[in-house]
Amino acid sequence: MHEMGIANSILEAVRTEMRRYPASRPVKVGLKIGEMAAIDEESLRFCFEALANGTNLAHLNLAIQICQRRHRCGDCGREFVVRDYDFECPTCHSFSSTCIAGDELELSYVELKDDEPSTVGAESPQ
Amino acid sequence: MNRVPLEQKVLSENDRVAASLRDRFRQHDVFCLNLISSPGSGKTSLLERTLAALPKEARVAVLTGDIQTENDAVRLKRFGFPTKQITTGGTCHLDARMIDRHLADWDLSQLDILFIENVGNLVCPSSYDLGEAAKIVVLSVTEGEDKPLKYPSIFFKAELMIMNKTDLLPHVPFDPDLCEENARRIHPNMHCLRVSSLTGAGFSEWLQWLEQRRKSYLELQLETVVQP
Repeated sequence: MHEMGIANSILEAVRTEMRRYPASRPVKVGLKIGEMAAIDEESLRFCFEALANGTNLAHLNLAIQICQRRHRCGDCGREFVVRDYDFECPTCHSFSSTCIAGDELELSYVELKDDEPSTVGAESPQ
Repeated sequence: MNRVPLEQKVLSENDRVAASLRDRFRQHDVFCLNLISSPGSGKTSLLERTLAALPKEARVAVLTGDIQTENDAVRLKRFGFPTKQITTGGTCHLDARMIDRHLADWDLSQLDILFIENVGNLVCPSSYDLGEAAKIVVLSVTEGEDKPLKYPSIFFKAELMIMNKTDLLPHVPFDPDLCEENARRIHPNMHCLRVSSLTGAGFSEWLQWLEQRRKSYLELQLETVVQP
């Protein structure tokens, strides 16, 4: 149950962006989770909603992208998706590969919507 | 609509503190290990027997994490090495800040090895870097050979798997070879050891691993320093 701490970190990162863009309202936050990251998506969504509820981020949309485990073959350099822990390179059948993706836990973006059109007009260059 | 790219780790604050801990460990030649397992697989017993086997003048310290009670620290303090309990008060893992806080009054230049015994949990501790040189996953022979497949994240990140309670092997239907095979399906280069913290079987191999791995850590450190 560390999803609560993860959810809190996401909201904190969004609040940091809000301070940088005070005239905008965050509507969506994008998250990348690797399948080896030990994060339960449903539990994370539950914690995220519980923490955001009743705050100015209550309507923030959490967009989660699950990343597959990928390896790069040490012999032929081919990159491939690992399924069912099968590490055999599909090209040269070598087993000497290294993991290059699959344990992500990253914030990829925040989508902001401009709240007050008058402010936007005032900020636009002449 | 305006999309602002973030490209940052969710746990960037933890990672920042962990990186500074790792720097401090390097600076003082402290070899730090993070022991992770499910509750009851024998991390504390493993440490007890390990501390008992070390010479009295060894410069070793232990941080032990639990949700509640000082019980583990009481058990481990008996060996005379600096030991501190971290009670998380409900949190299911240790994070880098807790380590930083509990190291505050220890002089790292007086230490060679720091053992961190994480909260018993095979899931959450795997997400939190504590600045350690290596993660060790402990599992016991009463837990089932498929544990690595059920909890892949920690087996993916640990460099050593210690199979504990091998004294029970005659009494339980557990295939240690299959368990190691499963661990290597997740992590092909996993180093595996079999020990019994009750009888001491396998401890010479474990202590040997400890010594050699610490040596390679210090050598790596030397290379880092030598480089311009």
